[in-house]
Amino acid sequence: MVNKRIDEPTGTETVGHEWDGIEELDTPMPRWWLWTLYLTIVWGIVYVILYPAWPLVDKATEGVLGWSSRGELAKEMSAVDQARVTVREELSRIPIERLPENSGLFAQAVAGGRSAFQVHCSQCHGSGAAGSQTLGYPNLNDDDWLWGGDLKAIEYTLVNGIRSPGVDDTRASVMPPFEGAFEAAQLNALVDHTLSLSGKGSRNALGAQTYEDNCSVCHGLAGEGNRELGAPRLNDAIWLYGSSREQIRQQILNPKMGRMPHWSGRLDPVTIKMLSAYVWSLGGGEEFVEVADDPTVEVDEEP
Amino acid sequence: MRAEVALGRVGLWFLVLVISIVLAATARDTGFAAHAIIIAIVSFVLMWMSAARFDPMGKARGFFRMPQGASLYDDDPVRWGVLATMFWALVGLLAGVFIASQLAFPQLNFEPYFNFGRVRPLHTSAVIFAFGGNILIASSFYVVQRTCRAQLAFPTLARFVFWGYQLFIVLAASGYLFGVTQSREYAEPEWYVDLWLTIVWVAYLIVFVGTLARRTEPHIYVANWFYLSFIITIAMLHIVNNLAVPVAWNGSLSFSAFAGVQDALTQWWYGHNAVAFFLTVPFLAMMYYFVPKQAERPVYSYRLSIIHFWSLIFLYIWAGPHHLHYTALPDWAQTLGMVFSVILWMPSWGGMINGLMTLNGAWDKVRTDPIIRMMVMALAFYGMATFEGPMLSIKAVNSLSHYTDWTVGHVHSGALGWNGLISFAAVYFLVPRLWKRERMYSLRMINWHFWLATLGIVFYAASMWVAGITQGLMWREYGADGYLVNSFAETVAALHELYIIRALGGVMYLSGAIIMGYNVWMTIAGKLREEAPMGAMPEYDPEKDRPIVRSANPEPAE
Repeated sequence: MVNKRIDEPTGTETVGHEWDGIEELDTPMPRWWLWTLYLTIVWGIVYVILYPAWPLVDKATEGVLGWSSRGELAKEMSAVDQARVTVREELSRIPIERLPENSGLFAQAVAGGRSAFQVHCSQCHGSGAAGSQTLGYPNLNDDDWLWGGDLKAIEYTLVNGIRSPGVDDTRASVMPPFEGAFEAAQLNALVDHTLSLSGKGSRNALGAQTYEDNCSVCHGLAGEGNRELGAPRLNDAIWLYGSSREQIRQQILNPKMGRMPHWSGRLDPVTIKMLSAYVWSLGGGEEFVEVADDPTVEVDEEP
Repeated sequence: MRAEVALGRVGLWFLVLVISIVLAATARDTGFAAHAIIIAIVSFVLMWMSAARFDPMGKARGFFRMPQGASLYDDDPVRWGVLATMFWALVGLLAGVFIASQLAFPQLNFEPYFNFGRVRPLHTSAVIFAFGGNILIASSFYVVQRTCRAQLAFPTLARFVFWGYQLFIVLAASGYLFGVTQSREYAEPEWYVDLWLTIVWVAYLIVFVGTLARRTEPHIYVANWFYLSFIITIAMLHIVNNLAVPVAWNGSLSFSAFAGVQDALTQWWYGHNAVAFFLTVPFLAMMYYFVPKQAERPVYSYRLSIIHFWSLIFLYIWAGPHHLHYTALPDWAQTLGMVFSVILWMPSWGGMINGLMTLNGAWDKVRTDPIIRMMVMALAFYGMATFEGPMLSIKAVNSLSHYTDWTVGHVHSGALGWNGLISFAAVYFLVPRLWKRERMYSLRMINWHFWLATLGIVFYAASMWVAGITQGLMWREYGADGYLVNSFAETVAALHELYIIRALGGVMYLSGAIIMGYNVWMTIAGKLREEAPMGAMPEYDPEKDRPIVRSANPEPAE
């Protein structure tokens, strides 16, 4: 069956078999191909000597270089930690309300806080911290604070969360649902009055009375809000759940109340401090009134 | 006698019908119930057909008949396979364009059935297993008969392989939309669909090996080595990777036999070898038959084909761990995956060299023959993808590229460029021969298809390279003060335009396939487009396209 012949265009001999008209040439393997194959094999042999490779009974060979991916990670992480250790130590010592006095440290804290914010907070508050009105996530760039906007208040909120289940000191308050409490006309009047607090609706006696009886305890007579209770200000242009009549009506009848997880135990105190500094720095940060003593300043106890 | 056989057949399908109704009624989840209903419908139709006439396939005789005599090849499963290839190609590519658009415009996620998570496996399975699988089964039946000069060994079983495989595809695809998945990459179907595929695959092996055993040629042609290693290895990979314990016999949920990093390694041992033994090895088999046939040239080097075949199949099986670099997988296993992947470079290129150099003495055909042009482009993309693959497996590169769109670009330059184009070329080769037409309806449309597909791939791959490197660099970017700069959402937002370009590339590739569908349709309808001629197609001699029939009484040797 073997029928060798010389193929005319290439001048190469065929192997001599034929299948459905297909023949094969007896061309030798290209030298560059073969040598590159050998080269990769040699490289492979060298590599498995240098790096962990051969599985034995208890463990694999460790390689001449002693390299391991865990070792490499530990080395890189410790280098990063080393670089940060001074900053972290200083941050853990300084009382948070004194942080702005130390502008270098403050800048470090804001940078670290921004990074942590992108990982842990941006999912709800957005990567620019602008929040979402439709979903009820507060904008952190403005000066309208539900629970307080000085460094200490922000840190407290981060540590304990808002309405975070199972946390004793969490920020908590409840707005009761007023479903069925008002006549239709009375509800309309109340919505009007609520809008009028920020100059958007018409004042009316029924609404004002209803507001005073039901809402002013928490939100204040003029709608100034109450940070103790996390009761939002109603007399500004910022609305957490929307400013349309329907949205306000819904919020009165079946109020939505946001939740934020507590970060104590999940993030270390220094990271929380950095996050507080970042949020505080966004534009609406408020001054703290009573500033604690600077523990780094030694007090001369002797008179 | 025939009446009794028909009655028995009706009874069998009735039994299947009853069982599937019971399963649908008692099913623990809706996905399983939906699948039982699909089986019930199929068995009802088959029962009705069996009852209506003695020969249930008789109605489709014009389409699906056994050869008239021993002197013809058994090509009906091939004809059906080519039609199925064309159909699933369009479905799979359409699904791809849809999910690419979802990534650019998330509003296109329609919950729950058409969200990205459910349509994405539909896309991957439709293109790999439905489009790719059908052309592989069809072409292997075609090639093994020609190169063995023998008819298919078990004609009924061959038909079962085709229809059984289609049922597997329907169950898998519908399951994804219903949320039935075992969440294993490229092996999403649940346990009962896996069992069904195992049965079909063993039948496939029997038909293929049976035909090899019947060959009248003294030697087994290289294409058949590749096909056989594909069939055997896929069986092994499929069975091991899908070892699982079902929660109940009437529910879709199952749990893997492996846990933790062992499970991850099993998955990627399978996943990478799905690329190797499904998307590389058998497509090389197609290349080894269709390229020399279309070019009418001898294969470049017999020696190269031996060495690159054995080195390829020996090395590929170890390369899976490179999908798990820098994970909990032990370092030694990562080393193994990387080293074998790099050594794999030349064995992979052996196939490209043998394909391209076969054109020695016929290079002018690249200018005149759009099918050859398609094959050359396929081999070029094969070469690029098999260079990029070993490069991406190097840990230093992988630490940048892993989990990014670079991987997606890499896979698609291989899948669209290599698998897609070589399959299209094979279909263009097969259709006129299978339906006894002079040539394809239009060669100029093949040319259009070629350019649309090539440009589409360029758009796709280039945008994904840029996207992947952008992603990788943004993820690892540290500020001067030592903190990560970007949130994940910011890295996603940065890719929006690139995702649009990618979707556009997909649209171009799909448009090419639609033109092809029309071209194939018109060819089967027996039409020839009047157009300026392009180049001569290889001559077809029906007298040579026949099996060698051994006489019942062989002449005594002299």
